[in-house]
Amino acid sequence: MNPYSDKALITNVSRRNVLKGMLGTGGLVLAAQFVPARFALADGGSVNAYKTGADGMPGGTVSDPHVFVSIAKDGTVTIVTHRSEMGTGSRTSLPMVVADEMEADWSRVKIVQAPGNEQKYGNQDTDGSRSIRHFIQPMRQCGAAARQMLEHAAALTWGVSDTECRAQNHKVVHVPTGKSLGYGELAEKAAALPTPKASTITLKDPSQFRYIGKGQVQITDLFDITTGKATYAQDIHVDGMKYAVIARPPVVLGKVVSYDEAAAMKVPGVIKVVKIDPTPMPAKFAPLGGVAVIANSTWAAMKGREVLNVKWDDGPNKSYDSDAFKVKMAEQAHKPGRIERNEGDVDKALAGAAKVIEHDYYIPHFSHAPMEPPAATVRINGNKAEVWACVQSPGGTRSDVAKLLGLKEDDVTVNVTLLGGGFGRKSKCDFALEAATLSKSMGGTPVKVVWTREDDIQHSFYHAVSYQNVTAGIDSNGKVVAWRHRSVAPSLMSNFMPDPHRESSLELGLGLIDTPFNVPNLRLETGEATAHTRIGWFRSVNNIPHAFAMQSMVAEIAAELGKDQKDFLLEMIGPPRIVDPRKTVTNELWNYGDPWDTYPVDTARTRRVVEIAAKEAGWGRKLPKGHGLGIAVQRSFLTYVATVVEVAVDDKGNVSVPRVDTAIDAGFTINPERIRSQIEGAAVMGLSIAKYTQVTFKDGRVQQNNFHDYKVLRIGEGAMDVRTHIVPNSIEIPSSGVGEPGVPPFAPAFVNAIYAATGKRIRNLPLGDQLSA
Amino acid sequence: MKLKVNQQDRSFEGDPQMPLMWYLRDELALTGTKFGCGAGLCGACTVHVDGKAVRSCVIAMKDVDGHSVTTIEGLSADGNHPVQKAWRAANVPQCGYCQCGQIMNAAALLSETKTPSDDQIYQAMQGNICRCGCYQRIFSAIKSAAKEA
Repeated sequence: MNPYSDKALITNVSRRNVLKGMLGTGGLVLAAQFVPARFALADGGSVNAYKTGADGMPGGTVSDPHVFVSIAKDGTVTIVTHRSEMGTGSRTSLPMVVADEMEADWSRVKIVQAPGNEQKYGNQDTDGSRSIRHFIQPMRQCGAAARQMLEHAAALTWGVSDTECRAQNHKVVHVPTGKSLGYGELAEKAAALPTPKASTITLKDPSQFRYIGKGQVQITDLFDITTGKATYAQDIHVDGMKYAVIARPPVVLGKVVSYDEAAAMKVPGVIKVVKIDPTPMPAKFAPLGGVAVIANSTWAAMKGREVLNVKWDDGPNKSYDSDAFKVKMAEQAHKPGRIERNEGDVDKALAGAAKVIEHDYYIPHFSHAPMEPPAATVRINGNKAEVWACVQSPGGTRSDVAKLLGLKEDDVTVNVTLLGGGFGRKSKCDFALEAATLSKSMGGTPVKVVWTREDDIQHSFYHAVSYQNVTAGIDSNGKVVAWRHRSVAPSLMSNFMPDPHRESSLELGLGLIDTPFNVPNLRLETGEATAHTRIGWFRSVNNIPHAFAMQSMVAEIAAELGKDQKDFLLEMIGPPRIVDPRKTVTNELWNYGDPWDTYPVDTARTRRVVEIAAKEAGWGRKLPKGHGLGIAVQRSFLTYVATVVEVAVDDKGNVSVPRVDTAIDAGFTINPERIRSQIEGAAVMGLSIAKYTQVTFKDGRVQQNNFHDYKVLRIGEGAMDVRTHIVPNSIEIPSSGVGEPGVPPFAPAFVNAIYAATGKRIRNLPLGDQLSA
Repeated sequence: MKLKVNQQDRSFEGDPQMPLMWYLRDELALTGTKFGCGAGLCGACTVHVDGKAVRSCVIAMKDVDGHSVTTIEGLSADGNHPVQKAWRAANVPQCGYCQCGQIMNAAALLSETKTPSDDQIYQAMQGNICRCGCYQRIFSAIKSAAKEA
């Protein structure tokens, strides 16, 4: 649910000013990732079995139990969780890793949310499906260190050797005599000990895990969520707090010309009207500007905004039009682009092919529409500020707010609430910056900025619209000998640097550049596209269009050749091997910010998930009339996912999805129950995207407003029977994430299933009424 | 205006057009009633008015004058309404934001229809959106709550 490994690079780009590494050819950002490190024991105070990209992120990793663990005299163990919770369960899963390693009894563990402080806790950018991938090892080390400190405290108490003391389910036992001391009794002594050196830390044998990999631990907020006590940013109450809503420019970079302040001030409860200037692009996460109304209640602020009658100068994006832009992108996709990866000679192979197949695929903008619209509260007191916000990026929010207010980072506290959904939207802290601006305008009075649903849908950072052209050459034996993929989409990098007018290395890394297809002549190209709105990462990001085009095209060729879709997909993937695009890319190569040696492109794993999904779905089974099966696979966020979708199409063209089977290989897994919930949710989001979701622009303005015209999936509309098949892996297989990778294969599997059911090929999303028209 | 909220008598002097949701959230700090769309389209703000499920974001204060409102905080004294228990047993929530509205709607459904059919569940729950996509578990939780009750 969570975006954005691309964020690894973005945070590097935006927070460390290594633009050169992104734009030039030097590979500054990525260079460190080429160090071979697979399974080598790392040095420098870590017991990690393998290297990840975690150290390349702002704040890196911290594994000191003095930071994360405290024990009360009554034995209650409090574990700090430093990543934001938006529904994936990481707020529970990471502390569970600590608890397991330290032999804590989960029923006596309390979880406390860390404020934004990356110097203290390590990286907090909760996106890119990274929480488990980057923190399973540091959290194991943290728990193991705590366990050894407790054992040592017991040894000191008894005057015996550490080797005679064993931590076991919340107490330390003296093995020769059987006497024991509870964690509460040892707390004070253990807390006074220094953290053991990494070289002396022994991790548990996985056979001794109590919680990791078992799936019996429920999310820590379950009771509070079901009783209304769980607190999200929209729910924050601070003494003396005022409420604000903002009229934002309907066109990005639009400016306020005039507004009726007096009318707004006449609304009972309205206190103040504040104009906020826009920031020119690249604006990173700076607010869009507009006119804010501050009032004694949310309702009064909203009533005040209604009568502002703002006149806008729409600025340079005023003619942005989705239909016209689609035509422009198509033109780009139909001519040679910039070569990004090149193997063999595609032109020659296409010229000599017995058959050439060419198709185009289109996916529109999406808005994340998390159920909780963005919200933030800020209070300023002298040279200190306090923030309460539903942010995926507590550390980045802290530095951005500090910068905006001219304060030291140490004087800004970012309290992270629960996030009512995130999907990438809440990685951008514009709403917290708005609250900071407005609190400042009120002399520091706490101000809560409330985004309405209309604000959320009309002023998001949108999933990139995209146009893909794929051309395949087939020889007389029915073998694919040429594959040319032209990808056109505006870049989210336009928020951080002058618009690159094409997908960046990071976006190509999102499931295009790493294509595993076993074709001798292969060329990946990008075409030009300009961002006319704010582009942002949306759960699984560019993997969605890339997977849609590639996995649809494979099925189209299979149909053309009269081959089974699944068999042909395996043929395209080719034999089990490591695919290494490092030698054949022409620009920088991005592997989700993680080392290739730890996370290579391993087609044995790609093949395995395809085979498991197909087998579990009963591929080839006899289906009722109007039903069809489709399959697709994508490696995204270093996790391999294959999905088989069964559709049922009635004679009016209505499509339902009676069953979904998804196989996922995420390396070693922590919490199978939460993996299943992510995969079930990914199917719902996937089906939303495939059937309904789109944001369109006319005259620079978003045409959708709320859930009546921004349609999302509702209960019973399909994907009610999603079966998740988790590939079992031992702990040596590096863990990867599960928040995003379930989404990309869904849409292509869905359209492939429609083709199987009806013979009709859907190449433009959303489906809408294409089958009934 | 006078009304009951979770069995307590309340009086309200403000804008009679203000939706009940903002009264509950901003004035009574009953924030289990969530703001999701403000237009009766998503169900996150569902409460019971005289026992019936209502979208509190589109019902004005003047229309609840003399009525009795129950929010998620008042659904059960100890948080153990059969629907709440079923929700936990099925591990329904992901982010959790929409779940109070879902639970309130499901509780109203089951108070009227003890053993709803699949279609009745879909019909009744159509107005409650979950972007995390917990529908499969919402459905099974309602089924098991119906069995328990």
